[in-house]
Amino acid sequence: MTVQPLNSFRTGPDERGHFGIYGGRFVAETLMPNILELERAYTAAKADPAYQKEMDYHLKHFVGRPSPLYFAERLTQKFGGAKIYFKREDLNHTGAHKVNNVTGQIMLALRMGKKRIIAETGAGMHGVATATLCAKFGLPCVVYMGAVDVERQQPNVLRMKMLGAEVRPVTSGSHTLKDAMNEALRDWVTNVSDTFYCIGTVAGPHPYPAMVRDFQCVIGNETREQMQEAEGRLPDSLIACIGGGSNAMGLFHPFLDDRSVEIYGVEAAGHGVTTGLHAASIAGGRPGVLHGNRTYLLMDADGQITEAHSISAGLDYPGIGPEHAWLNDMGRVKFLSATDDEAVAAFQLCSQLEGIIPALEPAHALARVFDLAPKLPKDHLMVVNLSGRGDKDLDSVAQFLESKKKK
Amino acid sequence: MTTRIERRFAALKAEGRAALVTFTMSGDPDYATSLALAKALPKAGADLIELGMPFTDPMADGVAIQAAGLRALKGGQTLIKTLAMVREFRQDNDDTPIVLMGYYNPIYIYGVDKFLVDAKAAGVDGLIVVDLPPEEDVELCLPALKAGLNFIRLATPTTDDRRLPAVLNNTSGFVYYVSIAGITGSAAPDAGKVSAAVERIKRHTELPVAVGFGVRNAESARAIAAGADGVVVGSALIDVLRANLDAEGRPGPNMVKAVTALVADIAEGVRSARAL
Repeated sequence: MTVQPLNSFRTGPDERGHFGIYGGRFVAETLMPNILELERAYTAAKADPAYQKEMDYHLKHFVGRPSPLYFAERLTQKFGGAKIYFKREDLNHTGAHKVNNVTGQIMLALRMGKKRIIAETGAGMHGVATATLCAKFGLPCVVYMGAVDVERQQPNVLRMKMLGAEVRPVTSGSHTLKDAMNEALRDWVTNVSDTFYCIGTVAGPHPYPAMVRDFQCVIGNETREQMQEAEGRLPDSLIACIGGGSNAMGLFHPFLDDRSVEIYGVEAAGHGVTTGLHAASIAGGRPGVLHGNRTYLLMDADGQITEAHSISAGLDYPGIGPEHAWLNDMGRVKFLSATDDEAVAAFQLCSQLEGIIPALEPAHALARVFDLAPKLPKDHLMVVNLSGRGDKDLDSVAQFLESKKKK
Repeated sequence: MTTRIERRFAALKAEGRAALVTFTMSGDPDYATSLALAKALPKAGADLIELGMPFTDPMADGVAIQAAGLRALKGGQTLIKTLAMVREFRQDNDDTPIVLMGYYNPIYIYGVDKFLVDAKAAGVDGLIVVDLPPEEDVELCLPALKAGLNFIRLATPTTDDRRLPAVLNNTSGFVYYVSIAGITGSAAPDAGKVSAAVERIKRHTELPVAVGFGVRNAESARAIAAGADGVVVGSALIDVLRANLDAEGRPGPNMVKAVTALVADIAEGVRSARAL
């Protein structure tokens, strides 16, 4: 057999958890035995048909999968170019794609005999999904959430509490998602033996980036089948918003080796990438090490992590999943960004033309769809991951619009 | 070739007592004060000095050390300044070993090779980098050993016999046993359990074993020192430092004196441990 130049983008990570130079296991020694245990347990579960079967059952009957692939007819008409489809992850139980991953991880925790679940959350969607599955399976649940996010995502805080979870506001550092993750890691270091850390995105130490990706691949796998059914062929382009990047990776990964499919990730540009007030780690960051993995990060010249800024709490993170970092360097995924203003405009337009209030996170992807689509031919099939619904964001958007009016 | 760390532990072994290892954060609350404190520590009884390299996201540290790091960063501390501080310390102290302790990202961004050259030249003897387990040895551990610096690894209660050899391989200078599964500044460990754990580690290595986490005063230091080669105290010192800050975060006139008084007290505990 001759050695081929990279003939698949889907074989990573290597056994040490690396995607090229990214990924890895940069954690305190206290956690290493846990991470190795998790890797063994996940490898065993993945090979067990009973585990997959049980997961499929819950994804169908509890989550409500498959989620529809919906033709966004009026937006398509308005822009007069590419045919725009939405992958409706907003219709999942709990209102976002996060539940796909949580279902997989909680069932793994049960297999491992773990008695207590912890999670970090930004916008609260991962926290709500975790609280939901913990309620369903009778597990105590602690969710760490930055104090700033507790303020701006009150509806999700109330949901988590109603579901029986304990929400711990985090007041260290910048009081947002990265600090919630620090606090969850500190909890895990302290409660290593009985606690399962349910990470919400394709980041963290190996095996999390690969494991969360695997659980989210249901999005892309369904999209493939559904597009085949609707149009008799593959889509021409995929687009999704990226904070850590789990909804994007779930949509992208099954298509990485279909070279005809163009793939776009959209980061949050906040006030604008040149202002320094943004959350676009590929556009405005560089490779570094945080939260167990090497990836693109926002930082200063001394290697200190800087605060991310975005109207969307779910994208307000100074890093990105390591596999995305690698796909960027390989040129397989093209990374774009959208500002707060653009995302809010897209949020409004989608609500008014399609009758779907998207979350602020996928509104960032929609903002770029709106300038890509008009330039593309009418037979171009574009899939947007509508990763969550926007009920949680109504207050934030109303306040944002109010403050704009005053200016 | 031996390092200051190796020479110091050998000398203390000959004396028949454990080492007192102090941890303070470089640049906390400002460069000048933390340098003055570092210079005063050996006289107060510190045998080895660990200097924290501040980082915005210290995932294994409790509130005391988190806050110390943030104070230092707010005061303008950088890795460049931490190395400058070591150089200044070395101007009038050539024998107290200095270990830099922190997280990997600032070193990675500084540039590993350049950092090792500059650290060695400044008079640094060893490194403890919390988020670099043996699985990531190629990053910094192996280059550090090659550069003649000790790379000190943390062993924890979760490091079982199966994993210990991997942790001890490529560790040099001493082994830092984290006495509880938890973050810095947590509750005091049970001394009996700690000495059993130290014995377990010593079955796998000739290296000295220093014990940290949960040491707050002379009494707890004495109990730990009876069964270990070294005792590390950090959060307790930082708590005293913090108590001597004014409302604007400036150091009070007695800060260095107050911290070194606690160090002297703990040193007494360490020195009296084996005589009991």
